[in-house]
Amino acid sequence: MEGGSNDATSVKVSARDLDVFYGSTQALHGISLDARANRVTALIGPSGCGKSTFLRSINRMNDLIPGMRRQGRILLDGADIHDPGVDVVDLRRRVGMVFQRSNPFPKSIYENVSYGPRIHGVSDRGTLDEIVRTTLEQAALWDEVKDRLGASALSLSGGQQQRLCIARALAVEPEVLLMDEPASALDPLATARIEELIHELKERYTILIVTHNMQQAARVSDTTAYFYLGRLVEVGPTAQIFTNPAKQETEDYITGRFG
Amino acid sequence: MSSRLPGRPSAAWKGSAFVALCGAAAAIIVAMLAIILADVVRNGWAGLGWEFLVSAPSEGMRGGGVGPAIFGTFALVLLMTIAVVPVGVLTAVYLFEYARPDSAFARAVNLAVSNLAGVPSIVFGLFGLGFFVRFVGGGIDRVFHAGELAWGKPSILWAALTLALLTLPVVIVTTGEALRAVPVAAREASFALGATKWQTISRVVLPQSLAGILTGAILAVSRGAGEVAPIMFTGAAYFLPKLPTRLTDQFMELGYHVYVLSTQSPDIEATKPILYSTVLVLLFLTFLLNATAIAIRARFRAALRPQDA
Ligand SMILES: Nc1ncnc2c1ncn2[C@@H]1O[C@H](COP(=O)(O)OP(=O)(O)OP(=O)(O)O)[C@@H](O)[C@H]1O
Ligand SMILES: [Mg+2]
Repeated sequence: MEGGSNDATSVKVSARDLDVFYGSTQALHGISLDARANRVTALIGPSGCGKSTFLRSINRMNDLIPGMRRQGRILLDGADIHDPGVDVVDLRRRVGMVFQRSNPFPKSIYENVSYGPRIHGVSDRGTLDEIVRTTLEQAALWDEVKDRLGASALSLSGGQQQRLCIARALAVEPEVLLMDEPASALDPLATARIEELIHELKERYTILIVTHNMQQAARVSDTTAYFYLGRLVEVGPTAQIFTNPAKQETEDYITGRFG
Repeated sequence: MSSRLPGRPSAAWKGSAFVALCGAAAAIIVAMLAIILADVVRNGWAGLGWEFLVSAPSEGMRGGGVGPAIFGTFALVLLMTIAVVPVGVLTAVYLFEYARPDSAFARAVNLAVSNLAGVPSIVFGLFGLGFFVRFVGGGIDRVFHAGELAWGKPSILWAALTLALLTLPVVIVTTGEALRAVPVAAREASFALGATKWQTISRVVLPQSLAGILTGAILAVSRGAGEVAPIMFTGAAYFLPKLPTRLTDQFMELGYHVYVLSTQSPDIEATKPILYSTVLVLLFLTFLLNATAIAIRARFRAALRPQDA
C-alpha cells in the first residue's frame, strides 16, 4: 500500500456538511469527506449506514427519489454541483455510476455499452465498435461475449451483467466513477480482474467504491471512510484505518467484532 | 376420535360450499359465452362463404353479403387508430412521465379520463354529431366552402374521431400501466449515463413499454369496432352501394349493419339467416383482434426474457 501519498493529488470531490433525508428519516448526518483525483476512496460500514445514499448524492441520482431532501454542499473540482447553473445531465456524464443492483437494459450487449456514447452524439459505427471492444476488455468481459454482442444482455449471468454495467459506465469516459459494490456478484477470478481494472483506472479517474469486503477495501483503496448510522465515523489513509484506526468502533467493524 | 375442536366439520363444509358457489358463478359466465357462440355458429355458419364476405346486400337486405360493411369497419377502425393512438400515448407520457402527479392540470386530465370512460356510448354519438359534424364540419364548410355542404354532414372521418374519443381512455390507461411497469432501475441506468429525460423516455421507457402500448391500442380497436351508438349519427349508412373513398363519405359498418338487419329491414324474419352470419363475422373480427393483442403481449414478454444466443 502506498502509505502517505494521499496528499499528492488535488481534491476532486468534496462533501461539506451533507445531510440527506428520505421523507422524515435522515439517512446522512453532516458528512464531510474528500475524494482525491487519481485515488480510490473506499466507503465501508454496515448495511443501511448510508453508503449508497452518499454515492448517489454525488451524481445527484437521489434527486429522482420523491421526498428526498438535502442540506449541505458537494463540490466537484471546487464547484458546487447544486448551483443553479449546473446541468445535471452534464454532471452525470462526468460522474459515472455502477449501481449496487446491476441494471442492464433489456437490449443487446452491444446496445448496452454503446448507449452512452450514442446519446452523447457518437454515431460512427467504427468508433462505437472500438468503444464497445475496449470497454468490454477493461471490464474483463470481452472474451466471454465477443461472439454474441447481439445477444440480449439479460441472457448474461449475474456477474457478467455487473461487468457489462461497468463497461457501460466506462464507455462515456467519466471523470469520477462511483462503484456501489461492483464485485458483490463476482467470482474470485472476475473480482481480481475488476480490482486490477480499478488499479488501471486510477490513472485517469477518481474512484469511490462501496464494498462489504474488507480485504478488497484494503487491496484497492488509498483512503477508507467508515460510515455508521448515517455518520462518518472515521476517514484516513487505508493503511492507517486497517492497521491503526483512531476509533474503537472502526476497529471493531474491520476486525469483525462488530455488533 | 378427537372432540376437542368442535365445529371443524361445519367450517369445512362452509368452506367447500363457498368454493362451489364461486365455481358455479364462474361456470355461468362460461356457459353464457358457450350458448351465445353455439347459437350464432349454428345459425350463421351455413350462410358464410366467400360470396357472403365480399358482396353487397341485395334484395332489400334478404340476400347478398356484408362486403361493404367489412370494408367500412376496417376503414373506420384504421382511421380511429390513427387518431387515438398518438393522442392517447402522448397524453399518457405527459401524464405519467412529465406532469407532477399532484398538479392541478394532471388531476384535471385524470378526472377527465376516468369520467370519459364512464360516459354511455350514445352520448358520444350525440356529442360527435353536435361537435364534429355540426360545429367542426359545419364550420369548415362556412369558412372554406361558402356554406356548401361538404364536411358538415355525417362521414367516416367524424365517425372515426367520435370513436377515437370513446376509446381514448382505454389507450391512456393501458399506456400508463405499461409506462409504470418499466422499472426505476432502467431509468436510473439511463440517467446515470448522462441521458436527458427525453432520451430516457424515447430510448428506454417507450421501447420497454411498446408491448403494453400495442396491447392497449388493439384493445381500444376491438372495443371501438363493436360500438354502434357513436357512429349511428356521425357517419354510418343504412345501405350504400359503393365503398367510401374519401374522408367525407359515409360508410357501412358491421355492428351498425347488425342493428339495421335486426330492426330496420323491410322483412325481419327473412333477414334472420343473414343476420346470424353477420354477427358471426363481427364476433370473429373482435376475437381476432383480442387474440392479436394477447399474441403481441406474449411475444414481447418472451423477447424481454433472457434467451440464449
Ligand atoms: N429510496 C429510499 N427511500 C427511503 N429510505 C431510503 C431509500 N433509500 C435508502 N433509504 C434509507 O436510507 C438509509 C441508508 O440507506 P443506503 O441504501 O444508503 O444504505 P447502504 O449503506 O448503502 O446499505 P447497504 O450496504 O445495505 O447497501 C437506510 O436506512 C435506508 O432504509
Ligand atoms: Mg447500498
